[in-house]
Amino acid sequence: MSAAISITDLQVVYDRFHALNGVSLEVEAGESFGLVGESGSGKSTLLRAVAGLAPVSAGTISVNGQKLGPRRDKAFYRQVQMVFQDPYGSLHPRQTVDRLLQEPLAVHGIGDGETRIQRALDEVGLGSGFRFRYSHQLSGGQRQRVAIARALILEPSILLLDEPTSALDASVQAEVLNLLEEVRRARGLTFLMVSHDLAVVTHMCGRLMVMRNGETVEMLSAAELATRQASHDYTQRLLAASDGFVRHPGTFSPG
Amino acid sequence: MTPLLDVDDLRVTYPTRTGEIKAVRGVSFSLGRERLGIVGESGSGKSQTGRAIMGLTPPQAVVTARTLAFDGKDMLKMTPRERRALRGKRIAMILQDPKYSLDPVMTIGSQIVETLRAHENVARAEARDRALSMLEAVQIRDPKRVFNLHPHEVSGGMGQRAMIAMMLIAGPELMIADEPTSALDVTVQLDVLGILDRLVSTHGMGLIFISHDLRLVSSFCDRVVVMYAGKVVEQLPASELHNAEHPYTRGLLDCMPKIGADRHPLPVLARKAEWAT
Repeated sequence: MSAAISITDLQVVYDRFHALNGVSLEVEAGESFGLVGESGSGKSTLLRAVAGLAPVSAGTISVNGQKLGPRRDKAFYRQVQMVFQDPYGSLHPRQTVDRLLQEPLAVHGIGDGETRIQRALDEVGLGSGFRFRYSHQLSGGQRQRVAIARALILEPSILLLDEPTSALDASVQAEVLNLLEEVRRARGLTFLMVSHDLAVVTHMCGRLMVMRNGETVEMLSAAELATRQASHDYTQRLLAASDGFVRHPGTFSPG
Repeated sequence: MTPLLDVDDLRVTYPTRTGEIKAVRGVSFSLGRERLGIVGESGSGKSQTGRAIMGLTPPQAVVTARTLAFDGKDMLKMTPRERRALRGKRIAMILQDPKYSLDPVMTIGSQIVETLRAHENVARAEARDRALSMLEAVQIRDPKRVFNLHPHEVSGGMGQRAMIAMMLIAGPELMIADEPTSALDVTVQLDVLGILDRLVSTHGMGLIFISHDLRLVSSFCDRVVVMYAGKVVEQLPASELHNAEHPYTRGLLDCMPKIGADRHPLPVLARKAEWAT
């Protein structure tokens, strides 16, 4: 299989701050790949660099075999779409769901808007009853479904997911994760997913990369992570942290 | 012995143009010198419960309760002045994001000193010394430097430690922590919880830990109150959480992805209308 996304020695510099420092990555077509790390690790910057939202100062990004220049054309955005973390901030507050979904169709000059919007809404489990609502009339989970519908309406082959469920409640998170898995299976999509939650990433992705300070810590499969075969200290610490709080009675100092 | 905090049938209602919104609908629990977790999803009324105990409910809302007693005294019958004397001195609260809960134009040190001098009659130099030793107690490595920094100059974890220091300086007996670590990275989260845990046990405080994270609460607290739609659906010891009886608690535990469990699709929570009644 060919690589859907291929990144070599990518560097992103803001002023003098190196947000990404020589990161390389290959994601196969149809694969679901996870990026894990804490804030400031560069995981979101990597995603944004692929989408053309971060200033790349060195290195190359290829998508479906095509090397990307500093500017992305329309054809690129028909292949690659992004879902953002905060469904409260990523939907236009004064546009109805219908208008939100029409926007990408208008930009790309696609006809049959009617049927596409119907189908997109059905696909994300929102009936046509939601079509003429404003985003403030929707719950967080419903908003994220609209954001997914908007990303899917152009029928991309790659979806970039930036913490798609971290603003949602646990029960809603489960629904959105199931929806994402379902559309991936139905359409054979490639996912590049960012999350700080190891459990979410191991659930969704086959392989993942642990990042820290703009660099790769290690690359491992979800199965290796699940059996705790992480070779790097930092990954082990993240794993331990995701188990919850552990009380160390020995470390109590008398007050 | 009277419990530290006794809450019986607490209700918080917001009158709006389209009718009343009942944010909290009859919550009852009592708290000793222990760690109590309040868990629920957004809109369950967990934060409103914490704010009502602290007395921070906005003025348009109506707070009623059969009893809302702190150390045997009914707080709803107190004058605003008595309530104010309690707040910060004997009951303290930590909020979610230190970026918003610290004053951006005051140095961290002067904020801590201000809290102390508002509640105790101490000299400036002594207040400074106590603030510095408090910063040291929350494991800030260079307290002298941090004392003179503004909140935007420190990281999230450092800011939350400063917040904890500020809240502990007056020696409160009850601490309400509303999502104290949700804005922090996982590894920092555990450091901050460790500090909170140690200080709570050494000072013998009661702690109300409000969180949406069932896993974190069950590993940190002694007892857990699960809230849904403004009501308590279940109260149980944290160690017994895996034996929870209520379908909501079970569903909430079940729907989280777990490392090493291969469940596709994830079980989703089927909400039932009768839970909310």
